[in-house]
Amino acid sequence: MRKLRILYATLVFFFLYLPLGVMIAYSFNSSRFSMAWKGLTLDWYVKLFSNTALMQAALHSLFIAALAATCSSILGTLIAMALQRWRFPSRKVIRTSLFVMMMSPDIVIGISLLVLFMALSLPLGFWTLLMAHVTLCVPFVGITVYGRLQGFDPHVVEAARDLGAGEYEVFRHVVLPMVFPAVLAGWFLSFTLSIDDVIISFFTTGPTFEVLPLRIYSMVRLGLKPEVNALCAIMILITAVAVFASQRFLKEKS
Amino acid sequence: MKNDGFFKLTVIVGVISWMAIFAFVPNVLVFLASFSSTSSANFIEPGFSLNNYARLMDTTHLDILLSSLRLSGLVTVICLVTAYPFAAILARTRKPLRNTLLLLVVIPFWTNSLVRTYAMTAMLNSSGIVNNVLLFLGVIDAPLAMMYTPGAVVLGLVYTLLPFMILPLYAALERLDRRYLEAARDLGASPWRAFWKVVVPLTMPGIVSGCMLVFLPGIGMFYVSDVLGGAKAMLLGNFIRDQFLTTRDWPLGAAASVTLTVLMGLMLLLYWKSAARLGRKEA
Repeated sequence: MRKLRILYATLVFFFLYLPLGVMIAYSFNSSRFSMAWKGLTLDWYVKLFSNTALMQAALHSLFIAALAATCSSILGTLIAMALQRWRFPSRKVIRTSLFVMMMSPDIVIGISLLVLFMALSLPLGFWTLLMAHVTLCVPFVGITVYGRLQGFDPHVVEAARDLGAGEYEVFRHVVLPMVFPAVLAGWFLSFTLSIDDVIISFFTTGPTFEVLPLRIYSMVRLGLKPEVNALCAIMILITAVAVFASQRFLKEKS
Repeated sequence: MKNDGFFKLTVIVGVISWMAIFAFVPNVLVFLASFSSTSSANFIEPGFSLNNYARLMDTTHLDILLSSLRLSGLVTVICLVTAYPFAAILARTRKPLRNTLLLLVVIPFWTNSLVRTYAMTAMLNSSGIVNNVLLFLGVIDAPLAMMYTPGAVVLGLVYTLLPFMILPLYAALERLDRRYLEAARDLGASPWRAFWKVVVPLTMPGIVSGCMLVFLPGIGMFYVSDVLGGAKAMLLGNFIRDQFLTTRDWPLGAAASVTLTVLMGLMLLLYWKSAARLGRKEA
C-alpha cells in the first residue's frame, strides 16, 4: 500500500515535469530542424538575446506586469479596507462581484473589456492593456487583503480613533502596516498573473504594444523553433526561482 | 479629523465607480450585444432579438458548444480522478517532505501555461519523445500521428490544468479531521462507504472549486486547441475568439460568452451551497 502510494505520486510528478525537462534539454540541442540529438550548443540562447523584437516584447511584459501589479495592489487594498471598515450601499454586491470576477473565465473578461474599449472608442494598446490587467488582478489582491483584515482585532482601530486619528491616519498608520504582507503577496500574485496572461492580452492590446506571451504564441503557431525552447527554458527557470524565493520569504516571516 | 469624511467618501466613491466601469458596464454591454444584430457599418447594431441564441442552437454551432463541453468535462473528470488520490497522498505525507512536494506542484502551477502547452508538443510531435521511445522499443514501426487530434487537446488541457485541481483538493483534504473517518470505521462502515459518506462530503467544496478551476478555463483556453489541435476549432473559446476577430459576428460571440457566464454562475451556486451546507454542519 505504502509502495503503491509512492509509485503513484512519482508517476504524477513524472507527468508534470517530463515535458518541461525534455523542452529544456532540446534548448541545448544543436540540430536545427529535427528533434534528434546532435550535440550540445548555446546557439539558441545567443540567437534569443539578439532577437530585438522578442527582447522588446519581454521588456513590455515586465513593465506592464510591474505597473499593473502596483496599481491593483493599491486599488485592491482600498477596496478590501472599504469593505471591511465601512457600511455603504452596494457593499455586498461589490464583495460578491470580486468573487465572481476572480472565477470568470479569462475569455469572458477579455471580450467584455474589448467591447467596453470599442464602445468608448479607445485605441487598443498600452493603456487598454494596462486597464485590462488591473481588472484581472484587483479581485485577487482584494480577496487576499480582505481575508487578512478579517483576522484582526477591531479594537486596535477603535483605539487609534479614540486617540484622535482620522480615517486616513488609521489607514496609513494602522491598517496598512497590519496587512502589508498580504499586500505584498497580492503584488507578486498580480505580477505573475499579468506575465502569464495570454487570453486577456490577446483581446485588449494592439500592434503598437506587443507582450511576450503573444509573441511566443505567434512563434509557436509558426512551428518548432529552437529559440522558443530556449526562451521557455528561461521562463521556467525564472518561475522556479521566484517560487523558491517566495517560499523562503514566507518561512522567515512565520 | 477634519479630513475624515473626505477620505472615506473619496475611497467609497472611487471603489464603486471603478467596479461599475470595469466590472458591471462591460458585462452589461456584452449582455446587450447578445440581443443585437450586426451590419456592414457596425459590429453591433442595437436591437432586441433572441436570434443569436437561436443561431447558437443550430446544428453547426450546437456541435461546437456540446463538443467543447464534452471535451472540458472529460478533462475535468480525468483531472479529478488523477488529482484526488495524489492530493490525499500529499496531505498524509510528513511535514518537511510534504512542503518540498507541495513546492514541486506549485512550480508548474505558476509556470506560464502557454510554455507548458508548447512543452507538450515536444512530447507528441512525430519526431517527439513519445514516438522516439516507442520506435526504439519496437512497439510501433512508424511514428504515430498524435498532434492535431482531440486526444492531444485533452492531454494538453489535463497537463496545464492538473495543478489547479490538485491544490484546492489538497487544501480540503489537509483540513479534513481524520477522527471523522475513524469514527465511521468504528461504527462499522467499510472503507468505501466511509470514503463516500464521510470524506467526499467533507471535501466537497474543494472538489467543486477544483472542478470550476479546471472546467471553466478548459472551455476558454483557445491556445491549447490552436497549438495541439491544429486549425479545427474544438473549444468554445476558439469559437468566441473567431466571432470577435475573424468572422466579426460580435452578437453571436457575445451570446456564446453569455452562455459561458451562465455556466459559471451555476457552478458558483453549487460551490456556495456545498460550502454553506458544510458550514452549518460544523457549527
